[in-house]
Amino acid sequence: MRKIQLKKPSFAYFFIAPWIIGFLAFTALPLVYSLYLSFHQVSLTTEGIRTSFVSWDNFRYAFTVDGVFVGYLTVFFRELLISVPIIIVFSLLIALLLNQNIRFRGLFRTIFFLPVIIASGPVLKELQDMGVTTIPSIEEVFIYSMASNNADSFIPGILLYVLDNIIMILWYSGVQILIFLAALQKIDRQIYEAAMIDGASAWEIFWKVTLPSIFPMIVVNTIYTIVAYSIFSLNPIIEHIKAQMFELETGFGYASALSWVYFIVIGLILVLVFVMMNSQSKKRYA
Amino acid sequence: MNQSIVRKGKSAGAKLKRWMIGVKGNDGFLIRTLIYGLLIGIGFVYIYPVIFMTSFSFKSLEDLLNPLINWIPSALYMENFKQAFQVLNFFPTLLETLYVTILPAIAQTAVAAFIGYGFARFTFRLKNFLFILVMITFIIPPQVTLIPRYLVYSELNLLGNIQAFLLPATFGQGINSAIFILIFYQFFRSIPKTLEEAALLDGAGHLRIFFTIAIPMAVPAIIISFLFSFVWYWNETYLAAIFFGDQLTTLPLELQKFAASYQRMFPAGMDESASRLNEGIRLAGTVLSILPLLVVYFIAQKWFVEGVDRSGITGE
Repeated sequence: MRKIQLKKPSFAYFFIAPWIIGFLAFTALPLVYSLYLSFHQVSLTTEGIRTSFVSWDNFRYAFTVDGVFVGYLTVFFRELLISVPIIIVFSLLIALLLNQNIRFRGLFRTIFFLPVIIASGPVLKELQDMGVTTIPSIEEVFIYSMASNNADSFIPGILLYVLDNIIMILWYSGVQILIFLAALQKIDRQIYEAAMIDGASAWEIFWKVTLPSIFPMIVVNTIYTIVAYSIFSLNPIIEHIKAQMFELETGFGYASALSWVYFIVIGLILVLVFVMMNSQSKKRYA
Repeated sequence: MNQSIVRKGKSAGAKLKRWMIGVKGNDGFLIRTLIYGLLIGIGFVYIYPVIFMTSFSFKSLEDLLNPLINWIPSALYMENFKQAFQVLNFFPTLLETLYVTILPAIAQTAVAAFIGYGFARFTFRLKNFLFILVMITFIIPPQVTLIPRYLVYSELNLLGNIQAFLLPATFGQGINSAIFILIFYQFFRSIPKTLEEAALLDGAGHLRIFFTIAIPMAVPAIIISFLFSFVWYWNETYLAAIFFGDQLTTLPLELQKFAASYQRMFPAGMDESASRLNEGIRLAGTVLSILPLLVVYFIAQKWFVEGVDRSGITGE
């Protein structure tokens, strides 16, 4: 019997076309154009945009003359390194708690997701200015005073940063909690039952059953967290890029160079994280 | 007799243990307390800023200065809100915010449904490649494409115009468009296509099938995408500030320049005590600027929370 040809592939392009056009016009071309601009000195004149080729000058300027950019990058990198694991662990912990057989689960989910809705840059800025992003009266806790006395050294510095920004860090984890929760609820109950019959403790079940099952979601959440963190509007790097755009001395060419450096840094971090986590999962759960 | 006491003691101990820690599969008192304790503790830390905001926004200057008044203001002091209301120029700003968030959100949702349907229902060459490309657009920082877009918009006189948001959204390149395409892709893949195939055999065109069969089924995905899109456009201040300049404004943008606007509106020096910007007024402004979002969240809360579930990001 002849199979009826139901799907004409040409129609697919009809549906995908808006995206392809948009991708070319609003993403691919701008990417190429900003790469082009990053090697140029750009000035806006009444007749239009004028560019003059400056080779690697913009990039050299970023790493030598520009006093703050490298500093911002280092701070960004350090904060990312501290915050991402905390966000992942916390959201997993909260998701595990919510996954228990508890009352008011809906209410708790509503609370934990609330920051995703209201946490825009200006709102967080206001809260930060009022000092509400830290836990109340944390200064009285012994660890805090101990850390703030040695704020220059490495570990107390990290501790201080975490304690001062704990609510900010927690507020970043709304989406991640729900992703983990959805993944936890998809694990087959029979695996747990089988493990329990075999005498595994809750602790063992967590490490041997739960964690391997949701490992792909840990990767997804890590990537999501890094992306969300790096484009958040309070990030000093993107503020710096914006400021350079309208600076007469540097202008659009230099801002483009900065945005490309930033893009490459984030890209490298993402690739590194992805490769590391993938090889880790293969080693452990293969 | 002695033995029976020992045995009794043992069984009482076991009972206690069972009650505290629980038997397999059934949590005991201790574990439950721990779970609820942790949840309430973390939950409090989460909403502490919101409580703080609300409480302080109702405090008069005397209440703010009085160290004895901590959480509950001595009276509901509305003056803060009155001033913040003026400074934010609330209703006109709200209308403008809705204008620049709802339209792009609608455009983005519509086009994401269209594109997601294309990816879910057809097989074609380069499909995997294109889909990966869609996902990659998620990780490209908007700052990289921002400058060329800005230059082109300024050439076309689109700066300060809603088109600066609307155009990319219409072509699937708006804020987080990749996520919305993924939502619709997963949604259409999860529903059986027998109905559509039947319609096709009856001679309906693909476009007609999309509008009369696929779209009515996709109402949950549409609601979720619209809500998320709405919230994300609402909270977007970085791009909005650059693209809109002074022409268009949003509540978060007005909040950003709250202090400056306040100084202009109530210049200091005329009446020392009343015309100083204090925490109460600033937090009243913050509360006002998130109030519309809170209303939307509490009405549509179920959709937001289920949205992540339904996005199928966790694999089906």
